[in-house]
Amino acid sequence: MTLLPGAIPPPHGALEVQMVGITKRFGAFTALDDVSLHVRPGSFHALLGENGAGKSTLVKCLVGYHPPDQGQILVGGREHDIRTPHDAHALGVGMVYQHFTLVPSMTVAENLVMARDAVPGIIRWREERERLHAFLKTVPFKLELDAPVSSLAAGEKQKVEIVKLLYLQRRFMILDEPTSVLTPQEANEMLGMLRDMVREGRISVLVITHKFREVMAFADRVSVLRRGRLAGEGEVADLDPERLAEMMIGRREAGATPTRRIAGNGKGDVKLAIRGLTVNDDAGMKAVDVERLEVHGGEIVGIAGVSGNGQRQLVEALVGQRPREGGEVHVHGEPFAARRSEMRRHRVFALPEEPLRNACVPGLSVAENMALRRFDRAPLSRGSWVNWGTLRREAVRLIGEYQVKTRGPLAPIRTLSGGNVQRAVLARELSEEVSVLIVANPVFGLDFAAVADIHDRILAARDRGAAVLLVSEDLDELLELSDRIVVMFDGHLVHETPIDAVDTGVIGRAMAGHVSASAH
Amino acid sequence: MAPQAITLGPVPAATPGPSPSGRLRGAAEAVLIPLGALVVAMLLFGLFILLIGKSPLEVYGFIYKGGFSTSFAWQNTLARAAPLILTALCVALPAQAGLIIIGGEGALVLGGLASAVAGYQIGLSGASPAVVQVFMALAAMVAGGAWIAIGGALRHFRGVNETISSLLLTYIALALFNHFVEGPLRDPASLNKPSTMPIGEANMVGMLPDLDVHWGLVYGVVFCVIAFVLVRYSTPGFALRIVGGNVRAARLVGLPVGVLLIGSCVLGGAAAGLAGMAEVAAVHGAANASLIAGYGYAGILVAFIARHNPLAIIPVAILLGGINASGGMLQRRLDLPDATVLVLQGIAFMTILASETLYGRFRLFQSGPQK
Repeated sequence: MTLLPGAIPPPHGALEVQMVGITKRFGAFTALDDVSLHVRPGSFHALLGENGAGKSTLVKCLVGYHPPDQGQILVGGREHDIRTPHDAHALGVGMVYQHFTLVPSMTVAENLVMARDAVPGIIRWREERERLHAFLKTVPFKLELDAPVSSLAAGEKQKVEIVKLLYLQRRFMILDEPTSVLTPQEANEMLGMLRDMVREGRISVLVITHKFREVMAFADRVSVLRRGRLAGEGEVADLDPERLAEMMIGRREAGATPTRRIAGNGKGDVKLAIRGLTVNDDAGMKAVDVERLEVHGGEIVGIAGVSGNGQRQLVEALVGQRPREGGEVHVHGEPFAARRSEMRRHRVFALPEEPLRNACVPGLSVAENMALRRFDRAPLSRGSWVNWGTLRREAVRLIGEYQVKTRGPLAPIRTLSGGNVQRAVLARELSEEVSVLIVANPVFGLDFAAVADIHDRILAARDRGAAVLLVSEDLDELLELSDRIVVMFDGHLVHETPIDAVDTGVIGRAMAGHVSASAH
Repeated sequence: MAPQAITLGPVPAATPGPSPSGRLRGAAEAVLIPLGALVVAMLLFGLFILLIGKSPLEVYGFIYKGGFSTSFAWQNTLARAAPLILTALCVALPAQAGLIIIGGEGALVLGGLASAVAGYQIGLSGASPAVVQVFMALAAMVAGGAWIAIGGALRHFRGVNETISSLLLTYIALALFNHFVEGPLRDPASLNKPSTMPIGEANMVGMLPDLDVHWGLVYGVVFCVIAFVLVRYSTPGFALRIVGGNVRAARLVGLPVGVLLIGSCVLGGAAAGLAGMAEVAAVHGAANASLIAGYGYAGILVAFIARHNPLAIIPVAILLGGINASGGMLQRRLDLPDATVLVLQGIAFMTILASETLYGRFRLFQSGPQK
């Protein structure tokens, strides 16, 4: 193992890590704002927070992927300038990533030897194997050295990743949502073994998670991030899930949501109805299992949830970008299969997330993109022929009305900024009468002016009687816009509440998979 | 450079309409970049010629002479360009929907086979030559269209890569073709060169007036113009470009993606099938191994140089046809192997593909300030 010049490695056992006043900016966006974190030697520390709270950014500062703009990092009590992952490795800091970094076609033994910092040109396998066997006796994990990694279950791969870090003599281990791919049993086993090694004083562990259960059951201390700031920290023994949820999503007095606008005009008819809808993800696993959801005219139903709980697949299935496995979707009481004719008849529109990827043809012009809904109807076409003059004039009108900043109607839409792409899509989707509007993360990555504008237009559509389904990872956005909030966890709708009775603690726990019976 | 820099799909056709300087710059880019790539290809080919000890200038001189100097050379060139235009459409039309289909050779031979069978059978009934030819063309287009549609359907329903499947389907098509021509459909009178029953001299498609070029060239040009107008100005053509540009957006607005994908394959396959019919009805009089001349593969090159623009296919096919036509002269005059022109084609293909990364990189071609 090579060492940084001047660095004195603490001899053995668990490392202490302190991060003091860490600030990290990406352009104008402040990802971390004066965050401090102290992981004591031989402790099991949890880092909790919603998506985008800055958890990953913080540990990436620690392992040298992007060094912080301000602040100090102390490893083993000494300040170190960690510029590259190699620097971090030399100090004994290692990380297990969400996605496996093993070579599937190679055996466990080969993967372990390969990962060494200095692999000799010629590998003496006999010696290596003897060393591996001796090493494996010292760890609580059982591994089949000759099994190809591709034959291992996800939990076993995770173990190999952890063993790899131990083998590489990392004494501070960071795990980024290590249980997201594991069954609950596998997760318990793995976290339990890690905790045992922490108890023995061999390693310190920092686990990124959003599962309260794991924090409560395994961690000694917890730090909570919210929007790039430290929202709270403490001994797990002194905390309960409610308090954690409060830290994670912020404390709001019931009913006191000052930025909230006027509520929807009560219940109209049911416009969008979902029954027993099941949808698979790309890997063919069930991602959505929604028993029942109804959206009335004149209301916004917000779907809250930590990302990756099926919201994306739900939206894709509703707008026709993903096949449905089972169940029914009705609009105005009629079956809705997301065909063009049905969308037109029922006036169904959508503002999907990442509009350039989901709602636009990047290489086509702004004018053409604005015509995607209407190009095959008069007045934009005559019979089977596109009426380019009218199409362009329509676009010029919409560009003015929605204040889309573009070089002109013929500029390719990919040359526009994110906010202006979204405005162009809004112009297309909201310029006609809207009955049902499906919206997903509509303001992700946009500046304040664009956010306010887009929110106003969604509210205006609701006030004109549209039924709006709003999926967002930003709970504040949901609290501001929705008339009713539903929480999605693991593909199911697990909690529902009218906006007047919102309890953010309950919502936070539901988002983290804790549903109390009293939630309904 | 973003990973999507190498887009093998079509250039989205610009919206027809003004902003004259912008359009002019765009058009200049679309012409000058492939032209520059061809010049680079000629330089590289020149090096190759030097390596084998000949003079590049002399070679290029003979290519010009053999392809474009005399009216005889032009006739030779145009006769070779005719099938290339149609097989290039077999690449360019599915490309509008974002597919890369390279199975035109298979559609061509099966189209030729179908037309030979139809021509013989309907000819037996004593129908007039015009009727026979119409049915031959229909049979060829149905066969070619259905063949390429397999690739499109495999892609749409099963997620099979259409480039690979269409290429492999070509081998199946050639095997089927050989099986039928040498087996069940063989004319017993064809001894040395197994062929299907001849369609008969009376049913052959004739030559263009005052030219020693058959009507296949006209089929190709008409097909190109129709394809261009459909893609540019019709609503299904616009829908096709939406699918090709971003299939997620196409689904979002409810377009029938499968119908459009497979439909573009059917149209492209029909074009290649028609090329087979023209070869049978205007040149060979029956389906035999002469149909397997590599037109389907050369059409891929034509479509890529033309950047899948149906109108640009016509001049590019003529250029390629001329280079092919000069192969014989290079062989006779310079004692160069017949395959020399294939080397040039191969180099040109590589430089054209490489040049795809250059679009949007020259400030000269950008109108107005970039965001």
